[in-house]
Amino acid sequence: MSIRFTFGGDEHIFGEVSEEMSLEAFFTSLSMTRAIRAAGIRGVTEVCPANASFQVKFDPDAISPEDLLKELQGMEAAASQSDASLRTRIIEIPVYYQDPWTHETLMRFRERHQDPTRTDLEYAAEVNGLGTVENFIRAHSSQPWFVSMVGFVAGLPFLYQMVERERQLQVPKYLRPRTDTPRLTVGHGGCFSCIYSVRGAGGYQMFGITPMPIYDPNQQVSYLRDEMCLFRPGDIVKWKPIGREEYDAALEEVAQNRFEPVIRPATFSLAEFNRDMAGTNAKLMEALNGR
Amino acid sequence: MAVKVISPGLSTTVQDLGRPGYYHLGIPLSGGMDRFALRVANMLVGNDEGAAVLEAVFTGPELEFTAPATVAVTGADLPPRLNGEERAGWEAFPVRAGDRLSFGFLKSGARICIAVSGGIDVPVKLGSRSTYTLGALGGHEGRALMAGDELAVGAAGGAGGGSVPEALRRRPGSLAELRMLPGLYWHRITAEAGRRFFADTWKVAPEADRIGYRFRGGAPLEFVPREQPFGAGSDPSNIVDACYPYGSIQVPGGTEPIVLHRDAVSGGGYMMLGCVISADMDLIGQLQPHAPARFVEVTMEQALAARHDRRAALQRVRDHLGK
Repeated sequence: MSIRFTFGGDEHIFGEVSEEMSLEAFFTSLSMTRAIRAAGIRGVTEVCPANASFQVKFDPDAISPEDLLKELQGMEAAASQSDASLRTRIIEIPVYYQDPWTHETLMRFRERHQDPTRTDLEYAAEVNGLGTVENFIRAHSSQPWFVSMVGFVAGLPFLYQMVERERQLQVPKYLRPRTDTPRLTVGHGGCFSCIYSVRGAGGYQMFGITPMPIYDPNQQVSYLRDEMCLFRPGDIVKWKPIGREEYDAALEEVAQNRFEPVIRPATFSLAEFNRDMAGTNAKLMEALNGR
Repeated sequence: MAVKVISPGLSTTVQDLGRPGYYHLGIPLSGGMDRFALRVANMLVGNDEGAAVLEAVFTGPELEFTAPATVAVTGADLPPRLNGEERAGWEAFPVRAGDRLSFGFLKSGARICIAVSGGIDVPVKLGSRSTYTLGALGGHEGRALMAGDELAVGAAGGAGGGSVPEALRRRPGSLAELRMLPGLYWHRITAEAGRRFFADTWKVAPEADRIGYRFRGGAPLEFVPREQPFGAGSDPSNIVDACYPYGSIQVPGGTEPIVLHRDAVSGGGYMMLGCVISADMDLIGQLQPHAPARFVEVTMEQALAARHDRRAALQRVRDHLGK
């Protein structure tokens, strides 16, 4: 994979590792951005990894765009050969699928949807050939997901499903973006799921909602006191389907600041994952469930 | 010393020079849309150039001061009034305890900066006092001001005073020319579409805010045909979700370009044609809806020269004010 570098105006260099999504492209982007951060290049102010690309913001008064480009190009060989493995975390996210709040919202924006006669989940089940919403929820929640980017808005994770490409769930985005999405909606567009960290515009299909805050600008939530944003690239997520009662109980715990998310240390090796996806995922589940 | 908000105007927020270093988490720079105006407002009242000010868009707030201070209003031509009496923009004036600052009707431009000697003293969040409303972060309680809010003001430091003549100010022309460096996913559109993009006159759409400015009125883009890459989405304007540079011009569906500004969404799945250069970002912050604009192609060399010119323009103001 050879990185396509291009300037974003006079203050950014954008590197596209690959046009298409893959964990290989993600890991190259991650090692590039780690190497750039570690190099401490004068004038570099922001280093942002994305799914299959990355971006560096710089001050052209401190370093010339051409000089910075040469430095980044010099790091490419090492980054693409680096060992694609991580010491990371697996995080369980409770999801109330088919909840009343995303349902109310999706009904308000039916005219912007591909199939106004059906809900987002019904449509997603159909286009993935899974027949029923229950089957779709099972496919969505049975295997873990990889956080391959954080952004759009504060702390929003983009999640990539850890299964063979032919089994990946893919759903088009809304024809025209909605102007409203409930906070903590679990959405999906293209091959990515996400969790909307704040209320606002959005174009992803809406599947459900989590009771668990993932961004807290006031840093009051017990597990967000040190960092406002829960997620970082490389985290692994497991959805846990819950019903209304569990959702309400979790909300109550959140309100009293007693909610403790299940977060366990885990390791991930891309080579191992590519050799044996089911085995790797089973090990991750063991790490999560402590068995 | 404090500033009381009698009425907030359409949307008035606390802003400084922004919050670098958190874009990788989706937290944008924020800060003044027109940084030139923000720096000059602070110079006029004797503050550090990066002190926090109030930024108001289209209509001004009504404010009451609880102690004497020096005040200056820069940016758009939105006439300040002190106790009902008109004051000049781009000029320092004293206020006393109990004085009220209000504004007339907008004559040109879009945003003003209201600087108060000592600076607006809201808590610093992640290194900045700027308001990022979408993330409810910074500023006054993470939101635009409301009637009844009271904002602390810091202790005044340096000497204020003076005014900045018209010739030293910076504002967009009646047909705004936004210089742009093509790049990023420019190769996704045909040569003819690229030619049209620069030839067309665009108009600022009503959807223009601190996140981004939408433009309409030009020809829809024609894309180079391709099979969409895995994960990108089905529309030809879709890419695998990537980072969005500040000033980047995305064109969802190939129809209406959006230039991302200080409260930018940090990434997403739409192709971008390139970026408006750093020197012209301030100008976008002064465009009203329906204002006509053209995108003008420049090289990196020209972009850096423009950046240098903008810095020189700021230095001329400093020299004029004896800073």
